[in-house]
Amino acid sequence: MSNDGVIALAWNRIRLLKESPVGMVGAFLVLFWIFVAIFAPLIAPYDPNANNMDALIDPTPSAVNWLGADNSGRDILSRIIWGSRTVLIVAPIAVICAYIIGCLLGLMAGYYRGWVDQVINRIADILLSFPAIVLYIIVIMKLGPSAINVIMAVIFVATPQITRIVRGMTLELRERDYVAAAKMRGETALYIMLVEILPNARGPLIVDACLRLGYTTIAIGVLGFLGLGLPPPDPDWGGMVKETYAMMTIYPHMSLFPAAAITSLVVGFSLLADGMREISLRD
Amino acid sequence: MLAFLFKRIALLAFTMLAVSLLVFLAFEFTPGQVARKVLGPFATQDQVDRLTEELGLNRPVIERYFDWLTNTLQGDLGFSTLYKQPVNDIIWDRLGNTLLLAGVAFAVIVPLSIILGIAAGMKEGSILDRSISVSSIVTTSVPEFASGVFLATIFVIWLGILPGTAPLDAGAGWPIWQQLILPVMVMVLYDLGYVVRMVRASMVEVMTRPYIRTAILKGLSFRDVILKHALRNAMIAPFTVILLQINYLITGVVVVEAVFAYPGFGRMLLEAALSQDVATVEAAALFAVFVSVSTQIAGDLGYMMLNPRIRFS
Repeated sequence: MSNDGVIALAWNRIRLLKESPVGMVGAFLVLFWIFVAIFAPLIAPYDPNANNMDALIDPTPSAVNWLGADNSGRDILSRIIWGSRTVLIVAPIAVICAYIIGCLLGLMAGYYRGWVDQVINRIADILLSFPAIVLYIIVIMKLGPSAINVIMAVIFVATPQITRIVRGMTLELRERDYVAAAKMRGETALYIMLVEILPNARGPLIVDACLRLGYTTIAIGVLGFLGLGLPPPDPDWGGMVKETYAMMTIYPHMSLFPAAAITSLVVGFSLLADGMREISLRD
Repeated sequence: MLAFLFKRIALLAFTMLAVSLLVFLAFEFTPGQVARKVLGPFATQDQVDRLTEELGLNRPVIERYFDWLTNTLQGDLGFSTLYKQPVNDIIWDRLGNTLLLAGVAFAVIVPLSIILGIAAGMKEGSILDRSISVSSIVTTSVPEFASGVFLATIFVIWLGILPGTAPLDAGAGWPIWQQLILPVMVMVLYDLGYVVRMVRASMVEVMTRPYIRTAILKGLSFRDVILKHALRNAMIAPFTVILLQINYLITGVVVVEAVFAYPGFGRMLLEAALSQDVATVEAAALFAVFVSVSTQIAGDLGYMMLNPRIRFS
């Protein structure tokens, strides 16, 4: 598919979204955070890692620090704004990587069947038998906490799930007439998988990808909260809650605002996915 | 049916074996690190080598794996370097605590999700349906640590009627049942919406069947149509989904337990992982996989029994 095709398709989806109010709310929330992440250097009032000792005297929200300051005197608004960059860079990269691997494996399993399918399925089975959070913990424990390793952990958890979905759809689509026609034309297996089968599986995959961005945002937040995410001091929302949660009873604002930030982004992804599902059911 | 059961149990054994090998390889492929960890950074390479040999860690990895596997099968789960006692002495207590939490949460989630799912699914597209559906999407989208923060703000700081931690000792001044309320609320909020949507989808599907239309047309009250005709069939598909929640409730509670300092299985796994306590993590990972695969088998079996039209081969 050409680049223009992808843009036209995306635009078509966005136009259709107007018919789903829930989807519109989701799109608004997601676009809001994308905007914040892109213009973070322009919007953020302070350096997210700068310690302002004056703010420590009274860290509650004020005219100087609109959302207050954290336990190290850092401006919470600036940290939330910069934190949106962390999550909106890490989550899409992780999901795209998982999709590339998952689509390839799923296509191969569903198209070739036989022993290829058996091997891929067994490996997916084993990875799927781990509860996601346990797999996250093991991967990070083994590789160490960093942005790259968070991406690796998401790939380990998401790839077998994507493989399953793509495999199921490939099993169905490989019996279609246009696949038989392509085979008769003498197209290669790779061409058939990527050009004939994959584009026709896109509907459910787009909805799944959107939901998965939400899950991945949760996962990144959870890993940060558990101390397995990005190393300090760079802001990530889960880590911000972790650092200040012990002081909840005295200064609830330190944990509340980052918790609200991550919640609004995940809710955005989920509502957007629901809106798109609704539209795809209609056509 | 028996053949199916045997096949699934054989598959369970195979999966457990593969998982155990995977986990073992992940942590113990480079055994020099174990001795280095025990002796600290100031030990000489000579000392590290000697301890490695004493511990038998210089033997081939496959040999060590079989040793470890034999011990595990005999019930010896190894020694925890974090808690300074055998893994067996901690893991069962922690599991008991988690089962308590999971049991209470499960007892809330099942009836609530069935009621909400059926209420939403009996008239597709109604206002009731839309509001239940959208709110279940929203509640499942709130990360557990975030809903922990929100609920603690309301009930601990603002109203002051619940404790913010659940260490399960009565010394803190709060009875145990009150300590359980917030963790259970967080788990219910996170998990409920998913089950509600499954029950709803099944109910919507059942309500389009001809026999429901017949029941309505022959003048049965709406209440009887739902309770006597739709309910039973609508519960077949979500049964598996509900059983699979046990898996989340027992092994996925790491975050909830971390938020409320609850002395359970998930927090044990997290603490062990953070301090590189390999024996405990291995035991916990194996147990988690065991729970997850056996709930799947139980789900399949229950589905077969509920739905006589389906027979697996």
